[in-house]
Amino acid sequence: MSPRAATHLVAGLLLLAYPLVASPFFVFQIGAYSLILGTIALSLMILAGYGGMVSLAQMMVAGVAGYLVAILGTNESGLLGFGWPWWLYVPVAVLIASVVASLIGLLAVRSAGIYMIMITLAVATAFFYFARQNYAVLNGFNGFHGVVPPHAFGIAWRRPIPFYYLCLAVAAAFYAAALYGERSTFGLALQAVRDNPRRMRALGFNVPALRVFAFFLAGVIAATAGVLLVWFNSQISPGTISVAAAIDTLVIAVVGGIRRPAGPYFGALLFAVLQNFAIDLIDPERFNTVIGIVFLAVVLLSPDGLLGLFARLRNAVPTRSFAEPEPARPAGAVPQRSRI
Amino acid sequence: MRHPVTVVAAALAAAILLWMFLAVWPAWLVALLGPKKVFVITIFNGITLAGLYFLVASGFTLVFGLMRNVNLAHGSLYLFGAYVGYDVATASGSWLLAVAAGFLAAAVIGVLMQILIFRRMEGDELRQTLVTIGISIVAADLMLWFWTGTTYQFTVPSWLDGAVSTPIITAVRHDGRAVFMMYPLYRLAVLVAAVAIGIALYVFLNRTRVGMMIRAGVDDRGMLAATGVNVHLVFAAVFGVGAGLAGLAGVIGGTALSVAPGEDVRYLLASLVVVIVGGMGSITGAAVGALLVGLAEQIGLAYFPTYGVVLTFIIMVAVLAVRPQGLIVRAA
Repeated sequence: MSPRAATHLVAGLLLLAYPLVASPFFVFQIGAYSLILGTIALSLMILAGYGGMVSLAQMMVAGVAGYLVAILGTNESGLLGFGWPWWLYVPVAVLIASVVASLIGLLAVRSAGIYMIMITLAVATAFFYFARQNYAVLNGFNGFHGVVPPHAFGIAWRRPIPFYYLCLAVAAAFYAAALYGERSTFGLALQAVRDNPRRMRALGFNVPALRVFAFFLAGVIAATAGVLLVWFNSQISPGTISVAAAIDTLVIAVVGGIRRPAGPYFGALLFAVLQNFAIDLIDPERFNTVIGIVFLAVVLLSPDGLLGLFARLRNAVPTRSFAEPEPARPAGAVPQRSRI
Repeated sequence: MRHPVTVVAAALAAAILLWMFLAVWPAWLVALLGPKKVFVITIFNGITLAGLYFLVASGFTLVFGLMRNVNLAHGSLYLFGAYVGYDVATASGSWLLAVAAGFLAAAVIGVLMQILIFRRMEGDELRQTLVTIGISIVAADLMLWFWTGTTYQFTVPSWLDGAVSTPIITAVRHDGRAVFMMYPLYRLAVLVAAVAIGIALYVFLNRTRVGMMIRAGVDDRGMLAATGVNVHLVFAAVFGVGAGLAGLAGVIGGTALSVAPGEDVRYLLASLVVVIVGGMGSITGAAVGALLVGLAEQIGLAYFPTYGVVLTFIIMVAVLAVRPQGLIVRAA
């Protein structure tokens, strides 16, 4: 067994056994929450890491799916709530949100780099304001509450432990898909487009189509996580998709490490822990200062995020046997220019 | 005269607009659009708001034009300038001193940011952008801590206070006397200041030696350095001026509206949309973008109150769909 497979096996077993040792609070508020946030950030990591496209609209895509769940399923806000069964509204919500993601992609792939960050940020903000103002369909400032996971297969998915395993299953599936996708034909083409779009165009690849399809796939991931997020909060409101939330997604992905799929999950875990326990360490009002300083420190010190930091620490101790399969950059080396 | 149809259409539109401003509206137009007063004031509000947006966005676009650095902490500089200006105004009682203090405080922070942070990651655009996001998160929280969540309101200096009568007739009374529109003097002063600063920036960039260096730096940084110019000094100066403009706009905008937490995000987004619509790195583009966004926001507020904010973004999306690089693109 390769060291990489062994790491994955150990991590998987730890995650499966986690509810046996943790309290329901830890299982739900830390475990499930980090898995959901991590999956949303994973969709950003796929766009940014493989495609070189930083999109701040991933939280918005998750929000669109969340709103659709509230509208198509049931809610307790007394507005809409078509009462569709879960096996119908979940796929429909994910599909529509992914189409929305593709449309954002269609608009965004005409630009690149920093322009794309700004355009996606502006689109996400527009949707935030729209959701806050629209009372006819999205119930404005209040949003929808009482949106809970269904009873299915005789299990109440709302309870912490089943919900944790649901999130784990979704996260694991997308994590595996990301690892597989990285080496797939499409994934390789996408990474080639990231590195040299002109050459890829000259080779006959349809560069915009590849990029839009990446937006669609990332949209599927973000939308599915969005369904979990609305269930987790049991409500959705414009606050869920605010500018701060969009930035948080980027913070999570960057802090964890934006080059590999495991990064966003580390970032999300750190974020969830800080969000829940910063209150005990400092004034709860100063949470943003703490998370901002952590973010700044990671960006300034380690361009590859926590994962890069781990790799460097591991590299500093060469006697350890489970070294990275790919050679990690030695400490102090000039960081590779990040591509955007 | 390459597009005669466009020119004729533009002239026609301008003539209609002029008529709408000068003439007393016939009854059918009032029935269609509401009272003339609302229309004219909306347009005035839009243009003066555009002046404020231009002040904020010009600094943003200036920094981007030279350094390819998207300073997402620009909104924080706006708010910081406004807060410092407020404290100075309260302590000294002088509004002009507050404007100067807002400019200087933000400029100092801008120079420090350039020297301490951005110089270390030149050329790495994504990292620079991420760092500015981090700075804006921390800055917003620290400012909330120091200045609390209170909404501050500057006192408009007496020589700019009050309303003036404009030569625009909004209605004719039954006895035949014309009613002239009154408009706040301060908002007109904001517009004048914005135009003056816009012209000053244009002259500075196109007619002075430092401006020449800056333009040279935009085109070829390496070559400029090779001619013996201290590029870092030029960059720090540009960052200082860009940040200072944000701080100055903070005091001016804070006087027109108010100063409160959350304004940083609002003006950052306004700057973003303005420069995306107008074209990144172009002062003219910032003016065009500010005018479009300011007008759209006020027209939206007056005529479609629910979705006023969304209208701004629809304009942005429409412009991007047709011209991804914005309306005014610098010749490469």
